Amino acid sequence: MNAIRKKINPGWILVAPFLLLVVALYLGPIMNILWLSVTDPEPGLSNYQKLYQSDTMARIIWTTFRICVVTTIFSVFLGYWIAYAMVHCHQQQKNYMLAFLLVSFWISILVRTFSWLMLLGRKGLVNDALGGIGVISEPIAFMRNELGVLIGMVHYMVPYAVLPLLVNMQSLDMRVMNASRNLGATGTQTFWRVYLPLTTPGLVSSTLLVFILSLGFYVTPAVLGGGKVLMIAEYISVQLLVTLKWGTAAMLAALMLLGVLAMLYIMSQFMKLSTVFGGSSS
Amino acid sequence: MKPGFFSQFNRIGAWVLLLFLVTPALIAIPVSLTTKRFLSMPKGNYSLRHFEKLFSSPEWISSFFQSATIGLSTSLLATILGTLCAIGLWRVSSKYSEVVRAFLLLPLIIPQIISAMAFYRLWIPMGLLDSYLGLILAHTILATPLVLITVSASLANFDPKLEQASKNLGASNWTTMRRVILPSVRPGVFAGALFAFILSWDEIVVTLFISKFNVYTLPRRMWNGIRENTDPTVAAAAVVLIAITLIAFVVSAIVSRRQSEQTST
Repeated sequence: MNAIRKKINPGWILVAPFLLLVVALYLGPIMNILWLSVTDPEPGLSNYQKLYQSDTMARIIWTTFRICVVTTIFSVFLGYWIAYAMVHCHQQQKNYMLAFLLVSFWISILVRTFSWLMLLGRKGLVNDALGGIGVISEPIAFMRNELGVLIGMVHYMVPYAVLPLLVNMQSLDMRVMNASRNLGATGTQTFWRVYLPLTTPGLVSSTLLVFILSLGFYVTPAVLGGGKVLMIAEYISVQLLVTLKWGTAAMLAALMLLGVLAMLYIMSQFMKLSTVFGGSSS
Repeated sequence: MKPGFFSQFNRIGAWVLLLFLVTPALIAIPVSLTTKRFLSMPKGNYSLRHFEKLFSSPEWISSFFQSATIGLSTSLLATILGTLCAIGLWRVSSKYSEVVRAFLLLPLIIPQIISAMAFYRLWIPMGLLDSYLGLILAHTILATPLVLITVSASLANFDPKLEQASKNLGASNWTTMRRVILPSVRPGVFAGALFAFILSWDEIVVTLFISKFNVYTLPRRMWNGIRENTDPTVAAAAVVLIAITLIAFVVSAIVSRRQSEQTST
């Protein structure tokens, strides 16, 4: 007994409560869901066969994938822009920018979704304003379509895209850029050939982070899509709460989980995961 | 292209983007002041009737207190579990502990819809659906990784020699923990507790699955209001939530500034 006690670090005793909680109440049911995906309603791969048999399923997965890709591209581009400006301005201004970023981070997702509902509706402020100055004669349909979902999602994801980039950019040695300039490169050349490659870890982390978060996003697509834009997360919830088809939902969840874990693995090759998430605490 | 022009352009663009991130939420303010019974922009006339309705409605008030109860309980539990866990992992510091750390961060990154499914699946047989305990447990599992991150960040700056010194001077493990380690990770613990509270206070996806009638949190009621999309009381609630967010933000900024001043002097 004593021999075992010596071998096991006493630190584990402190880890144990949460570890047990997660294993019992989180990992357990997730494993159960993975199991369900091959056993419900009957054992076999019938749930997975739906992937290429059912048009609905293919359409939902394709919609989700497309929206996630577009959201990620826009969010990372805009996030890069903000992070670059934050790293390259005075401390005072940077603090203000950080405050804005964090406030937007903190405002409830429901409040933000509600605001877009008010802004983007047929009689919303945006259509009113555009109609008022005579740019458009007919209200633009921003809602109940992919455009609305994209606007809402990009708006939500930009702060998440900024944080890994910010961590990465702050750690760069600016002397490298100065050296490039001294050796005769123009500012544009320095950016494309030196700065951008150096921020690859940040770009990869930020891209994957936003993509992972978009993949399972529920609130904004459900509200701004208005039932017209069906993404995987909403489909799962319908399967569970309305039609009670655990098997189908479990299959989709299993695919999503697999995708997320694969992306996390790639991400961990580029950046320490804890620094990515730690960024939000600064 | 001159670099001066470029960085100027970049900076102005960044400010425009930051405004784009924050200002849309402010639309809730005029909408909440409308005199009409339905969601609309006020045309010249303003009224506070929707705020009156919000603060005199037993449903909204009860949701507010339910959310506060669940949020505070979650924050307390998550802070204790997360702090212990972070200190434990820091003590062990081996390759196994890094694997365990990565594993324990999963609830934060696994899509909420999958977490919701998992809790829903388990809470049915356990009889925890639609109960305070069920929500608090689920939120605690989701929020503890946040505490783990913030406390671990504080521990990264903590000098292990201090712990050895304390032990060499004869302090027990418990005393060392209470008098040496905990005070030095206080900023991380505080930040973690705040994040855990916000996560629970705002949480909707898991809540939608595991609550029904008995427990009706504030986000749940907001969600319903948004889905129905008629009653301006939702706008008033949104304004209150924005105000709370801003207050929490200012408080945390002041506290963290004070703490960094303390450590620098």
